[in-house]
Amino acid sequence: ATIEDTFPWSDEVKIDHKSIVGAVKSLLVDEYVASSDLSASFFTLSKEGEGILANGSQEILVLQALIEAGKLSIKDLQQKVGKDVSKIGMGNCMKNKWAKKDGGDLVPVKTMDEVTDDVQAALKTLSDADGAANGMDDKVVTGLKKRKLISQVTRKSFKVTRGPQYAPTRVKKAADLTKEMLDSGAWKTTPFKPYNFTTLGEKVGGGYLHPLLKVRAEFRQILMEMGFNEMPTNKWVESSFWNFDTLFQPQSHPARDAHDTFFIKEPASTVSVPEEYYERVKKMHEVGGDGSIGYRYDFKREEAFKNLLRTHTTAVSSQMLYKLANQEGGFTPQKYFSIDRVFRNETMDATHLCEFHQVEGLVADYDLSLGDLIGTIETFFKKIGITQLRFKPAFNPYTEPSMEIFGYHPDLKKWTEIGNSGMFRPEMLRPMGLPENVRVIAWGLSLERPTMIKYRINNIRDLFGHKVELARTRTAPVCRFDSVLESDQ
Amino acid sequence: MPTLAVKKDELYEHLGRTYTDTEFDELCFEFGVELDEITSDREEALKSSTVKLSKSEIAKYSEDVIYKIDVPANRYDLLCIEGLSRAIKIFLKDMDSPTFRVKESTGITMTVTKSNTDTIRPFVVCAILRDITFTPERYNSFIDLQDQLHRNLCRQRTLVAIGTHDLDSIEGPNFKYDARSPSGINFVPLTPDDKGSFSAKDLLHFYETDPAAKHLKPYVPIIKDSPLYPVVLDANETIMSLPPIINGSKSKITLDTKNVFIECTATDLTKANIVLDTVVSMFSEYCAEPYTVEPVTVEYQDANQTVVDSYVTPRMYTRREKATVEYCNSMNGINLTGEEMVTLCNKVQLGPAQLCDNGTVLEVTVPPTRSDILHAVDIAEDIGIAFGYNNIVKRVPQTCTVGGEQPLNKLGDLLRDEIGRAGYIEVLTHGLCSIRDNFTALGRSVGPAVSLSNPINVEYQVVRTTLLPGLLKTLQHNKSASFTQGFKLFEISDVVLPDDKWEVTDTIVGCKNSRRICAVYAGPTSGFEIIHGLVDRIMALCEVAPEAEYIANSAKSKEEEYRVSKDGWTYTIAELDSTDTVAGTYFPGRAASILLTSPNSNGERIQIGTFGILHPDVLKNFAIQYPSSCMEIDLEALL
Repeated sequence: ATIEDTFPWSDEVKIDHKSIVGAVKSLLVDEYVASSDLSASFFTLSKEGEGILANGSQEILVLQALIEAGKLSIKDLQQKVGKDVSKIGMGNCMKNKWAKKDGGDLVPVKTMDEVTDDVQAALKTLSDADGAANGMDDKVVTGLKKRKLISQVTRKSFKVTRGPQYAPTRVKKAADLTKEMLDSGAWKTTPFKPYNFTTLGEKVGGGYLHPLLKVRAEFRQILMEMGFNEMPTNKWVESSFWNFDTLFQPQSHPARDAHDTFFIKEPASTVSVPEEYYERVKKMHEVGGDGSIGYRYDFKREEAFKNLLRTHTTAVSSQMLYKLANQEGGFTPQKYFSIDRVFRNETMDATHLCEFHQVEGLVADYDLSLGDLIGTIETFFKKIGITQLRFKPAFNPYTEPSMEIFGYHPDLKKWTEIGNSGMFRPEMLRPMGLPENVRVIAWGLSLERPTMIKYRINNIRDLFGHKVELARTRTAPVCRFDSVLESDQ
Repeated sequence: MPTLAVKKDELYEHLGRTYTDTEFDELCFEFGVELDEITSDREEALKSSTVKLSKSEIAKYSEDVIYKIDVPANRYDLLCIEGLSRAIKIFLKDMDSPTFRVKESTGITMTVTKSNTDTIRPFVVCAILRDITFTPERYNSFIDLQDQLHRNLCRQRTLVAIGTHDLDSIEGPNFKYDARSPSGINFVPLTPDDKGSFSAKDLLHFYETDPAAKHLKPYVPIIKDSPLYPVVLDANETIMSLPPIINGSKSKITLDTKNVFIECTATDLTKANIVLDTVVSMFSEYCAEPYTVEPVTVEYQDANQTVVDSYVTPRMYTRREKATVEYCNSMNGINLTGEEMVTLCNKVQLGPAQLCDNGTVLEVTVPPTRSDILHAVDIAEDIGIAFGYNNIVKRVPQTCTVGGEQPLNKLGDLLRDEIGRAGYIEVLTHGLCSIRDNFTALGRSVGPAVSLSNPINVEYQVVRTTLLPGLLKTLQHNKSASFTQGFKLFEISDVVLPDDKWEVTDTIVGCKNSRRICAVYAGPTSGFEIIHGLVDRIMALCEVAPEAEYIANSAKSKEEEYRVSKDGWTYTIAELDSTDTVAGTYFPGRAASILLTSPNSNGERIQIGTFGILHPDVLKNFAIQYPSSCMEIDLEALL
C-alpha cells in the first residue's frame, strides 16, 4: 500500500507523471493519502552535447580536418566542418596548442594519437550513468556546463502512503452550501471541505471615491460643524483686480509676474468691475487713506483688468467681504469657508503641481484679535488630530499680523508647517466699506498636503491627475481623524 | 520668500554671541525668519553635482557651515548679514537702533535730461558713502545685497537698478543721467573687461549670445528696443553705467575703494528710494563715521535745460508714527501697558518710542530701513512679535453663525456617493489641457475656450471645456487594468466656458465655470446601455421624471411605480443631431442628446448633455483599445 516513488511508478502504470502529481495533491487535501517529497537531481545533454557524444568534440573534428588536408584557410575549414564547429573547434585547438596559425592558414601541431577527446569521454560517462555526476571531477562538470553541453534538472516526485482518511472509494466533498442542497436536504449528509481561513475574501467590487475628495468631504463637514458657511468658489478665471488689487497686493508684486501666475490670452481683459469700489482701491494703493500711507505708485487700470487663473480662493473671499459690507441693512458678522482649486505657474516637482486645492476659513466680526485667530485655528486643527501648535511671525501682502502655523504632526512625528494665517489689512477692508472696527481673521492650507500625509502618498502626481494609480483609490480607507470631542474634555 | 545664505561663524561674530543650531533655530522662529537649511559649500557641491567629484575637487569647496535663512518678502533690511545681525541684536536688546545722519552736501549733483529719460527710465536717486573700509567679506556682502534687491524689490531690475562706483575714479562734482541713442554709446563695460570698448548695440548682442554673460541676458530686453538707452555719465562724459544692464569698468569698486557713489535708476521712484535707503543703512555701518551718508542733489532739466524738478537724496527718512495703546492690545488680544509697549518697540527697531495723549497713544520711530510700516496695524504687529505670538492667550470668537454649504457642492457630493455606489471609480483630473485633447482628439473642431497666455507646456494651453479628456487619459494610463468586467470611471468637476454676460459681484470677466458630471465605460462591448442606465439613474436621483413617450416601450417596473419627481421636471432622450458640436466624438447613430424640461426652461426641452459610444478614431487618439461609451451632463441644470 505504498508507492515508493511516483516517477518510476508512472512508467509502470503508463500515466503521465504530471497527472499523477495532480491526483496526489487532490487526494492530500482530503487526507486520503499522505506523502513525502522526493527530489532527484541529474544532468541532461543539450543538443550540442548529444552531437559531441555521437561525433566527437568540435576541436577533434577540426584537428582531424587539418590533419587530413595538411593545412586549411579559415574559409576552407568552415566549408569542410561547418561554421559552428569550425568557430568553437578552432578556438579550442589554438588554446590546447593542437594547431597553429601559418600566415592565413591553420596547420596541425599534434597528430590524432597525441590527443584525447576528453569532452566526448566525459559526456559518455555522464550519459552512461543516466546523468548522475557521481565521482566525476567537479571541474569537468563545470566545464561542460559552461560550454552549455549539459544542464542540471531537478525532478520532484512523491512517496505516497495511506492517509488518515483513507478509503477505497472517494466521496467528493462539497465546497459550498447550495440552493439544491437546501431544496433536497442533502446538506445533512454531504461532507464539506474544510475552509481555508488564511486567504483573503473576494474583492467587493463596486465603485470608489477619490482619496483627496474624501478628505475634502471631511474638511467641509468640520468647517460646517464650526458654523462656517461655504463660499461660491466655482469661478476659476478672475480679474487681477479681485485676485490682487482688492487684497492690497501692489501691482509690482513679484507674485503678479508671469513666472507665478497664469494670465489669460482669451478673454484677456475683464469687461467690468464695480467702478466706485475700483476708485477706492486705486486710491488706497496710490496715496493710502484711513491711516495708511499706501504704496505710492501709479495704479494702472490695464494691470487691474488683466484676467488670470485665480492664484488663491481669497479672490472669492474678497468678493464675499465686499458683498457683506454692502448688503442691505449693512454688515453682519459672518464665518466663511471654501475648499477649491487654485492655479500657480510653478515649477512642478514631487510636492507641487500647477493646480491644487486651497482650504480657507475666515471670520469677520467686530474687534477680533490675534487671540481669536489662534483659538479658531486650534479648534480646526484639533478636529483633524493636530493638538500641538506654534505660530511664527510671517509676511503676507494682504494680512497683518501674519502667522505661519506649525503643528506637531502625529503621523509624521515631527513639527512641520501646516498652514498660513493672518488678519486682513485695513487697507483691504476699509475701501470695501466695512466699519472701522470690523476685523477679519483668516487661515488657509492646501488640501493635498494633509491628504498625502493621511494616505502616505509621496508624489503629488500619484494623487491628482490622470496618472493616478487606481489601485490606490480602491484601497484608500475612509477619512477620519483622531479628533477630540469637546464634551469628552 | 527670499533666502539669505550666511556663514555661521561670520554671523555669530557679528552677533557677538554663539548658539547651537537648535537654539538659533528657536531664535529665528520667535523673530520671524526661518532657518531653512544648514549646509556648506562642499555639501551643496556634492548635492548639485551630476558627476562624482574627485577628492581634490571636493577639497576645493569650503566646509564652513552656512545657514540658509528665509526672510519675509517685505523685509529688505534683512537681506544681508549686516542687516540681519543688527536686527537680531536689537531684538535681543544687545544694541539700540542706530540713528542715521545725512551730512552736509559737498556740492555733488546729478543732472537728469528729463525729456530723454522719460522715454525709458525716468528716475534716479543717488548717495555717497565716505571713508568706507571694505574687507573681502564686506565687499562680497555689498555685492550680494545688490543682487538680492535686484531679484526681489527691483523685480529683476525692471523697477530699479543699482549702480555703485568708486567716486575717486570718476570726475565730479556734476554727474549726468541721460538717455541717448545707442549708436553714440561706447564704453569699456565691467563684463567683459578684457575685450576693450563696446558699442551699446554690440554689447547687448554679446550678452544675448555669449554663454559667459548669460546672467546678464535677462535684462537686455528691458532697453533693447528703445530708441534711447539710459546712461549715467561723469563730468567728462565718461560712461559710468548703462542701466539697468551693466556698469563701466572705469568706476569699478575694489577692496581699496574709499568713497562709494551709488546711483539707482528707476521706473518707480518710491521703490528707488527704498532701495537706496536700504543700501545706505546697511553699509554706512563701515564708514569712518558710522551711519552717516553724504547727499546728492538731483535736478531734472527739460529740453531747454530749465530745472523743472529737484530733490536731495538719500532721503533716509525717519518718521514718527502713532498707534493707540488700545488698538495694539485689541489687535493682538493682549493687555499691555503703554510703558511695556515702549520697551517692546526698542526690540523691533521702532525705538525710541514714547507715549503721548495721557499715555493712550504710542508714538514710534520708523527708521528708513522699515519701509514695510504703512499703517498703525504694522506697529501693532511688531508689538505682537516682540511680545511673542506664542505668549498670546487664545480665545474662540463669540461670532455666532449657522454653518451651511453651497447647494451645487451639496448636490455634487450627494451624486458622487451615488455614482460611486453604482460601481464607478472617481477620478480627479487637471483643469488645464491641450487644444488637441480638448477638441481635435475628441473629433470636435476647435471652438471657443479660455486660453492661457503663458503656458509652460502644451498640456496647459486651455482651460478644459469638457471633462472627457481627463477621463480618457485616465483610461489610457490604466491599459494594464482588467477590462473584462468593464471599467467605469467618473468625475464631477468644473469646466470653463467663454461667456461675456456672466456677472458676479458686479464683475464680468468674460467666462463662467460650469459644473459637469462625466462618466465613461470601457469593456469587451461598448456598454452603451450601461451608460444610458447611468443617465436614467442620475435623473431619478435628481427627481426628474421620464417623459411618458420615452418609457412607453419599457416594461413597467416597481422602481417606476415608486418614482418621486419634482413637478414640471421631465426628461427624454433623442438621437443626437449630427451637426451638434460634440457629434464627432460619438459613433454615428449611437449618440443621444439628453433633453430636460423644467420650470426654468418655460416648457422648452433644453439639451443638458449627451451620451453615446465613443468614435473609434477618438479611442485611437487616446490609445484606448476597448470599445467605450461616455456621458457628460451639466449638473447646474439639475439644481
